[in-house]
Amino acid sequence: MRLVAEGLSARRGEDLIFRDVSFDIGVGETLVVKGPNGSGKSTLLRVVAGLLPRESGKIMLAGGEGQGFDTVAGACHYLGHRNAMKRELTVEENLRFWKDFLGDSDGGAGVAIDEAADAVGLGSILHLPFGYLSAGQQRRMAMAKLLVAWRPVWILDEPTAALDAAAEAMFAGLVKGHLSRGGLALAATHQPLGLGAVNELHMKGFAVDSAEAWA
Amino acid sequence: MTALLFRDLKLAVRAGGGAMIGVLFFMTVVAVIPFGVGPDLNLLARIGPAILWIGALLAALLGLDRLFQAEREDGSLDLLLMQETPLVLTVLVKCLAHWLATGLPLVLASPLLSLFMNMDAAAIGATMLTLLVGTPAITFIGAAGAAIAVALPRGGLLVSILVLPLAIPVLIFGVSAVYAAVQEPAPFLPPFLFLTALTLVFAVIGPVAAAAALRASTD
Repeated sequence: MRLVAEGLSARRGEDLIFRDVSFDIGVGETLVVKGPNGSGKSTLLRVVAGLLPRESGKIMLAGGEGQGFDTVAGACHYLGHRNAMKRELTVEENLRFWKDFLGDSDGGAGVAIDEAADAVGLGSILHLPFGYLSAGQQRRMAMAKLLVAWRPVWILDEPTAALDAAAEAMFAGLVKGHLSRGGLALAATHQPLGLGAVNELHMKGFAVDSAEAWA
Repeated sequence: MTALLFRDLKLAVRAGGGAMIGVLFFMTVVAVIPFGVGPDLNLLARIGPAILWIGALLAALLGLDRLFQAEREDGSLDLLLMQETPLVLTVLVKCLAHWLATGLPLVLASPLLSLFMNMDAAAIGATMLTLLVGTPAITFIGAAGAAIAVALPRGGLLVSILVLPLAIPVLIFGVSAVYAAVQEPAPFLPPFLFLTALTLVFAVIGPVAAAAALRASTD
């Protein structure tokens, strides 16, 4: 299965924030999106996840299991800046909800909740309300959410913000495990993810025509 | 989907969930009316059904703005939007959970508050029945308002104002059904069936409109 984008462009207000972005990610591959603040990394990820409309171009899943999905978004996990967990519920209730609600896509199965918590190194605090956790622990639990339900595509927006070095290494392990199970990943980050050799996409900031308008 | 229903119910009863806010507001509104109107028992009995319905309507509107805003603030809304399950169904389940947590307590509190208004048994029963049938309509159409105002930090009053004109027919038929039940010549069934029809119509229009508004609101 491949995640393919052709000639994508997107708008924020009047300005084209990027245009003509194309990529092709196969199983076991990671594409890391890099670029300065405001260059459109998050926008690109949200466009791929179907959360923002695209101005032009297309995104599709090609080959193999990719045919089984009605929408690209349905095949994706999205880890954004916000953790999508409820502060009032315990960690276990949060993870159980997402496991039940998201369900597994074809081609894989999510792991049990305590296994996912162990994988992020926080198996002992499942009973605490999510709001009691530190920022780094909350981020790690948001990552455990990626494990409890299977999605072939992981879209990760600054996944390692608020994490210490050990947690970054742990997260690199999670992504590698995901890739080895037949997944693929699209990540925007400033920090190296520790994944070894990956493909990179460099965003250059405002699209050419709007930059010229300012010159 | 049942997972979503139970999560929303749990959130509503936990600290800060707001399930009791609506019913407390309802009690406050109805409890002060006898002090304002004075001890004219016949007058209280006559205006009682209308006061109860107005109180329930305002109480039902009170917590609506948080329906999708809370999901948006912590990022859950993104994930709800991405799933292959139809968004209309997700919205419908959220409405159902919201009604169970905030609408149903209003229905259950109404007999007690009816006593404040010196209403007789028939009026109490009719009020409870019409509130049971009518309050879901307010939640369903309120969901559309809540979805439109989802990105506004102070959208609470806006939701009420957007929804109020659409909730007025519910109020009219709800109150007229109660009066029809207690005053002899008027038949109970026609206004009650209108009320039922309104709820069914809003059960379709509300979630569809809310889903469309949520799709358009992403940023």
